[in-house]
Amino acid sequence: MPDGAAKDRAIALSVPPSDEVKTSTCYMCACRCGIRVHLKDGQLRYIEGNPDHPVNKGVLCAKGSAGIMNQLSPAKLQKPLKRVGERGSGDFVEIEWDEALQIATDRLAKIRAEDPRKLAFFTGRDQSQGLTGWWASQFGTPNHAAHGGFCSVNMAAAGLYTLGGAFWEFGEPDWEATKLFLLFGVAEDHDSNPIKMGLAKLKERGAKIVSFNPVRGGYSAIADEWIGITPGSDGLVILSLCRELLRAGKIDVDFLAAFSNAAHLVIEAPGTADDGLIARDSEGRPLVWDRQAEAARPFPLTHAIPAMKGRFTLDDGRVVVPAFELVARRLDEVAYTPEAVAERSGVPAATIRRLAAEIAEAAFDAPPVIDRPWTDAWGRQHAQIVGRPVSAHAMRGISAHSNGFHTCRAIHILQLLLGAVDRPGAWRYKPPFPRPAPPGQKPAGKPDQVRPNTPLPGPPLGFVTGPEDLLLDEKGQAQRIDKAYSWEAPLAAHGLMHLVITNAWKGDPYRIDTLFLYMANMAWNSSMNSGEVLEMLTDKDPESDHYKIPFIIYADAFASETVYYADLILPDTTYLERWDCISLLDRPICDAEGAADAIRQPVLTPDRDVRPFQTVLLDLGARLGLPGLVTETGEPRYPGGYADYMVNHERKPGVGPLAGFRGEDGQARGRGAVNANQLQAYIDNGCFWREEIPEEARHHRFANQAYLDWAAEMAFIDRPAPILLQLYGEVLQRFRLAAEGQGAIQPPDALRSRIETAFDPLPLWYPPFEDESNVEADYPLHGITQRPMAMYHSWHTQNAWLRQIHASNRLYVPKAVAESEDLQDDDWVWAESRHGRIKAQVRIQRALNAKTVWTWNAIGKRSGAWNLDQQAPEATRGFLLNHLIDELLPEKGGYRFANSDPVTGQAAWYDLRLKVTKMTDTEAETAAKPLEAALPSLPGLAPAPDRLTYSGGKKEGKA
Amino acid sequence: MTSLPKRPPEKALGLVIDLDTCVGCQACVVNCKEWNTGGYPAPLSDLDPYGANPAGAWLNRVHAFEVEPEEGQPQVVHFPKSCLHCADAACVTVCPTGASYKRESDGIVLVDEDRCMGCGLCAWACPYGAREMDPVVGVMKKCTLCVDRIYNEAIPEEERQPACVRTCPASARHFGDLADPDSEVSRLVAERGGRDLMPELGYHPTNKYLPPRPRREGCQSAAPKALEPASPEGGFLGWLDRVLGG
Amino acid sequence: MHPAPSVIAFTALSGAGYGLLFLLSLGYLLQLPWSADAWAFGIGLAVALGFITVGLLASTRHLRRPERAWRAVTQWRSSWLSREGVFALATFPPAAGLLLTGPLLGMQGWLPLLCALLSVIGAAATVLATAMIYASLKPIRQWHHPKVPPLYLLLALASGAPLLSCLLAFEPEAAPLAFVAAGLLLVAWVMKQSYWRDIDRSAPLATLASATGLQRKGDVTLLEPPHTQDNYLTEEMGYRVARKHSGKLRLLALGFALAALVCLVFAGLSGGGWTQLFFSLPAALLALVAVGIERWLFFAEATHTVSLYYGKAA
Ligand SMILES: Nc1nc2c(c(=O)[nH]1)N[C@H]1C(S)=C(S)[C@@H](COP(=O)(O)OP(=O)(O)OC[C@H]3O[C@@H](n4cnc5c(=O)[nH]c(N)nc54)[C@H](O)[C@@H]3O)O[C@H]1N2
Ligand SMILES: Nc1nc2c(c(=O)[nH]1)N[C@H]1C(S)=C(S)[C@@H](COP(=O)(O)OP(=O)(O)OC[C@H]3O[C@@H](n4cnc5c(=O)[nH]c(N)nc54)[C@H](O)[C@@H]3O)O[C@H]1N2
Ligand code: SF4
Ligand code: SF4
Ligand code: SF4
Ligand code: SF4
Ligand code: SF4
Ligand SMILES: [Mo]
Repeated sequence: MPDGAAKDRAIALSVPPSDEVKTSTCYMCACRCGIRVHLKDGQLRYIEGNPDHPVNKGVLCAKGSAGIMNQLSPAKLQKPLKRVGERGSGDFVEIEWDEALQIATDRLAKIRAEDPRKLAFFTGRDQSQGLTGWWASQFGTPNHAAHGGFCSVNMAAAGLYTLGGAFWEFGEPDWEATKLFLLFGVAEDHDSNPIKMGLAKLKERGAKIVSFNPVRGGYSAIADEWIGITPGSDGLVILSLCRELLRAGKIDVDFLAAFSNAAHLVIEAPGTADDGLIARDSEGRPLVWDRQAEAARPFPLTHAIPAMKGRFTLDDGRVVVPAFELVARRLDEVAYTPEAVAERSGVPAATIRRLAAEIAEAAFDAPPVIDRPWTDAWGRQHAQIVGRPVSAHAMRGISAHSNGFHTCRAIHILQLLLGAVDRPGAWRYKPPFPRPAPPGQKPAGKPDQVRPNTPLPGPPLGFVTGPEDLLLDEKGQAQRIDKAYSWEAPLAAHGLMHLVITNAWKGDPYRIDTLFLYMANMAWNSSMNSGEVLEMLTDKDPESDHYKIPFIIYADAFASETVYYADLILPDTTYLERWDCISLLDRPICDAEGAADAIRQPVLTPDRDVRPFQTVLLDLGARLGLPGLVTETGEPRYPGGYADYMVNHERKPGVGPLAGFRGEDGQARGRGAVNANQLQAYIDNGCFWREEIPEEARHHRFANQAYLDWAAEMAFIDRPAPILLQLYGEVLQRFRLAAEGQGAIQPPDALRSRIETAFDPLPLWYPPFEDESNVEADYPLHGITQRPMAMYHSWHTQNAWLRQIHASNRLYVPKAVAESEDLQDDDWVWAESRHGRIKAQVRIQRALNAKTVWTWNAIGKRSGAWNLDQQAPEATRGFLLNHLIDELLPEKGGYRFANSDPVTGQAAWYDLRLKVTKMTDTEAETAAKPLEAALPSLPGLAPAPDRLTYSGGKKEGKA
Repeated sequence: MTSLPKRPPEKALGLVIDLDTCVGCQACVVNCKEWNTGGYPAPLSDLDPYGANPAGAWLNRVHAFEVEPEEGQPQVVHFPKSCLHCADAACVTVCPTGASYKRESDGIVLVDEDRCMGCGLCAWACPYGAREMDPVVGVMKKCTLCVDRIYNEAIPEEERQPACVRTCPASARHFGDLADPDSEVSRLVAERGGRDLMPELGYHPTNKYLPPRPRREGCQSAAPKALEPASPEGGFLGWLDRVLGG
Repeated sequence: MHPAPSVIAFTALSGAGYGLLFLLSLGYLLQLPWSADAWAFGIGLAVALGFITVGLLASTRHLRRPERAWRAVTQWRSSWLSREGVFALATFPPAAGLLLTGPLLGMQGWLPLLCALLSVIGAAATVLATAMIYASLKPIRQWHHPKVPPLYLLLALASGAPLLSCLLAFEPEAAPLAFVAAGLLLVAWVMKQSYWRDIDRSAPLATLASATGLQRKGDVTLLEPPHTQDNYLTEEMGYRVARKHSGKLRLLALGFALAALVCLVFAGLSGGGWTQLFFSLPAALLALVAVGIERWLFFAEATHTVSLYYGKAA
């Protein structure tokens, strides 16, 4: 208290903020920060970041800080609902939980007894895929996935197939030591707070941040250098950078030879089944060329660096070339010279050359060195850990394109060439990664694995390594409703949720009965072409008068657009009202130096008739008698709901949803017996658990024996074997061979050439599929969205505080376009793609790529949804770009491919091409928005108040 | 009363905002709202929160500006703004009721809401838009510098910081005594050339803004040595033999 | 600035009231002919007090917590708004005293003289204080202007004088008063005209570059406002009137003032009686309407530096 205080007016300065503080985990987005929830008089007084928490270390973002308003939201669903009117009419009645669960059980039991595939169970922004995936396999349906397919499977797949880890939450830059940080296509990302904290660290240290992004804002605003790249062209620039580095010899040959397949000998035998595969010895060990012995030897060669270029003949007469040379030859192609890429990318050749020089300087001149010996998996001793302080991070600006897989792979190739993987200053893995590239788990769901009343032999999602792993029926058609792991999307590691509704409506590849959705607003912002999706959801078979998608069950917590299109609504709790676990079996919250997981504990008791979805799912599973969900006597195995499951479920002996405080005494971690007091131990520890990785095990983890041993002990990997980095994409070549006619499992002819192109084992860029020949003339602009930092997709529209920040969205147009179209700020325009047109209000931005327009994602809303006034700005002035994005590409050779990446099936949201034209004043006033008809309010919803004066408990000394 | 302290306050507590690292995430905005709606003054209310024109009282708002230099790329600057706790705070002297005041001890400018008649004159007198009338309670609201946190003996000492400062993920907000030349904030201001907003109006704001550091892009920076082909004659990979020792 | 009807009504009506009060009291003090008719004088004072009271009541509508308005008299040491309140309140007793003790009861001596003196001072001080509320606000260049206080005073007189001219229509000796009123109108509106010219030309107080401290960086423009909807600041201080529109309104105000002036000239020429009333009454109304428009513009044309942060000039 300062001295002058006596002279100041008295105010109660030391009022305790609350009478109770509980820790938990935020869920206003998927970042999973630790929170401390202050309660006063039983009400939410204040939510703050937990300073002890490994993810956010005390900070809390705008969304997290608005948790109070989520709890207050009048859009919260109140009770289970059953549809009584037509779908989409909003005509529901409230029903009891027993009835709701009975309806679901009856329906699902019948399906399961007939053909479990008729249940399509897809989940969105949840964090319980450990449970939901397991539940689906217990049910026996292969038709399960979470939202990854429309989100960023390109990042996950490219990373996991190349490095055995990925940008996508599976790794992070070494914020403490990196000197040059390259950020590609990121506005916010899942690591919302950690990235900001990391950028601040870089700023403090004076490390350089380069952001590749058509739009300057957010992270790009504070970047030292902004590369305003034209969408879809990053691959060109990255490969051009690789080329320049290679040409100058600024690469880490030792690293490549030791830890990647760069020196592996690739068979050159065009037209044969071995062409492009890596030569192996009889024991299956890959071969490299020993330059001294002038002979092929199994990898690794411990005494010298094997040949990295040249052409050799093996004893059996096969001609082989080191993979590195093939990669180098690809990069040497004229297509990747700086001059050649400058026009399409909008990045001048001189800039590319300078960046390459900066990268080389940062990577190789005076790298940080840690004086700590380590031993690699082949027993070689290394005296020091030498850093490589160039790091990268990338997300949807890269992945949401139809060339996203290869563009992301190009970034990994750049990292590999520099040797900038899991070293001081580089991008580093987060446990439980690295895993084998790709991880060993194959998707279950082949025809013989799907049988009535029988669980799948494994999880429905996994990693294929050749055509034989695809999920195809006898005719070679997709076996899954989303066509994941079919020839249309062979490496669909996360499934393809965005195609489920279209396919189910078409009955392609077959008809389903029940679509079971959880936490995904598929009737609005999660779908491309939202208008037509709604027609599919409400379309009936003219003969039977039944809906083409017969039954839809949906679990949401709020009155979202999708609720209106379901038949049975299972209302969920809020994140402050339930148990949850943030599990290593799902998307982990680890960091490069520690393994961690966390829980949510109920901080408040629901004041309405809602139940935690996970508990409902366990209940449903028990009612259905799913094997893992009932005891031998048929009793529910987890009668205590999700909390019971979190503690007592074991995936493998000793391995459960929570890795911390295991064992009867709570001392074991990773593996250990069930601990009845585990949840209390988490609560006592601030609702999280974190284990530091031993110091000698924090780098070169793909081949660091100390790490591999530790990871195996923790059950992160099955055995402590080294993980080979895949400079050369041999798995891709296996699919390409099939497209060339090799092998028994053959793609349909319509897909052959596309597979041949896209499944290239070498670095590659090809134009996004929307870039048809006349697109530059017809639709000269690229249309993209960005995530606003203060909004999470659609779901914060009901949040009274956050919606004030983003109640409507603009279309940002570059100055050049404003000039050519005679546009001023606030003018209304038509934004038109080949698929349709919508009305939007513009704002002119100067720091914007000249061929790009953009808007904030998911701000526009359907009138009446979310229990908002029908005149809410979200509906009257906001707009959804999704109406312009077609989920299918224009017909080609009698076939319409999905608007997706051909390798992974990832939705290509940002391939959108459009044009803008100024509206006349009359148009601006009268032009209708898509789906303008307002939705009615739902039964039971609390009326929305016309004012808020929330204080979180009584005020001291106030009335 | 509403006269300013006769002597300059012993301390000048305030914020230093780093425009170089602010990413415009709005964390400070919302955390400020949640702390203060339950804080010592009346709640910070919102009108029409679910309607056609939602508008509430906020103590801190983040704008985004574009800067187009004569040379080089256009920049985007995120710009948080709350009360600057001015030394010559006309918002205080214009107040007819004595509700507005500047504390003698630390220079914090506050509103005694029980005395405020909601005339709005102080908001007119503030050049920066740092005062907002509460739409429901009808009293003037402004940043309190979290006076009920920074001296709050009921919370741990290390947490006695303004809510917005603690929550900022980009470390763009710093709190301290700007009258003390040795304080961390004063040093930051000195090192980074911290600036006053609208100095020409003579309010002598306490809060300072650290301008964005020069961007290192284009050819402004001392560019590293250009890369040379490692082996001009040996082809693309000619240098490899040399590296690998023959 | 938002042209709030309550404040416009307050300043216009109370201005006229104080103008009238000033002229009446001054007349009494100087024993000018227009204080001769006791009835006219009494009614005049009552009208003046009526205008003032209605104006003050209107002004409380501008307060969100009017029940605390009494506190407004406490800070006279620093606050012009407080001073205005104090002066307004302090002017009531002498004005009422003058009404009671003065010509109406035919009282003579020092008491009515003192009341008149205090009323003169009080009326002038109150109007000046009102003007100073605005003129002291640095962030608003159209208000923080040396011509604002004299204009408030002149316009108060110029809207009070025609009222007086009505009242004294049947006081032959007071006939030249109409010319005085006309003169005041002329001076006031000439000055207003030059004020308008000034504010049209005066440079903005600050720029977005200085408001953000980014002046050394280049041309600064707004990319995104903090919230997508309007807020208190944009509604209260971001009010904008189109140039075209305000130009028309200025002409309209001037037209009314000119019409009032012409009427007053005719009134003066009529030499009293019904004709003078016939011309003075519309003159008073026209003058008041002109001030009403002028006051609306005074707010609507005023720009606040906070607008800079919302992408508008100040
Ligand atoms: N144009 C365009 N479209 C896009 C994208 C884009 O960039 N541009 N991005 C795509 C991507 S990457 C994604 S991930 C999707 C995201 O889109 P969605 O996955 O649809 O995400 P949300 O809109 O957040 O909707 C999730 C639903 O979860 C509900 N919910 C919120 N909290 C809870 C809870 O506690 N329990 C339950 N049961 N439900 C809850 C919300 O009410 C909401 O209805 O959007 C995709 N769509
Ligand atoms: N606050 C908040 N945080 C979120 C979410 C949210 O809704 N709100 N959503 C979460 C989800 S589901 C996801 S998937 C992540 C996604 O996190 P991000 O990857 O950050 O998602 P986007 O906002 O889609 O950002 C994509 C960025 O790429 C840029 N871009 C578009 N096309 C290209 C291109 O071709 N090249 C380059 N270089 N850049 C391009 C866009 O301008 C944009 O800045 O965020 C998560 N975090
Ligand atoms: S980033 Fe924000 S919303 Fe997401 S978990 Fe962290 S605090 Fe919550
Ligand atoms: S910023 Fe405005 S409200 Fe704050 S002290 Fe200065 S003038 Fe007063
Ligand atoms: S609004 Fe309240 S604090 Fe502001 S000047 Fe009026 S009485 Fe004072
Ligand atoms: S100091 Fe406190 S009141 Fe002021 S802006 Fe920060 S959080 Fe809000
Ligand atoms: S929290 Fe920090 S980074 Fe975010 S807007 Fe506020 S000052 Fe900027
Ligand atoms: Mo996503």
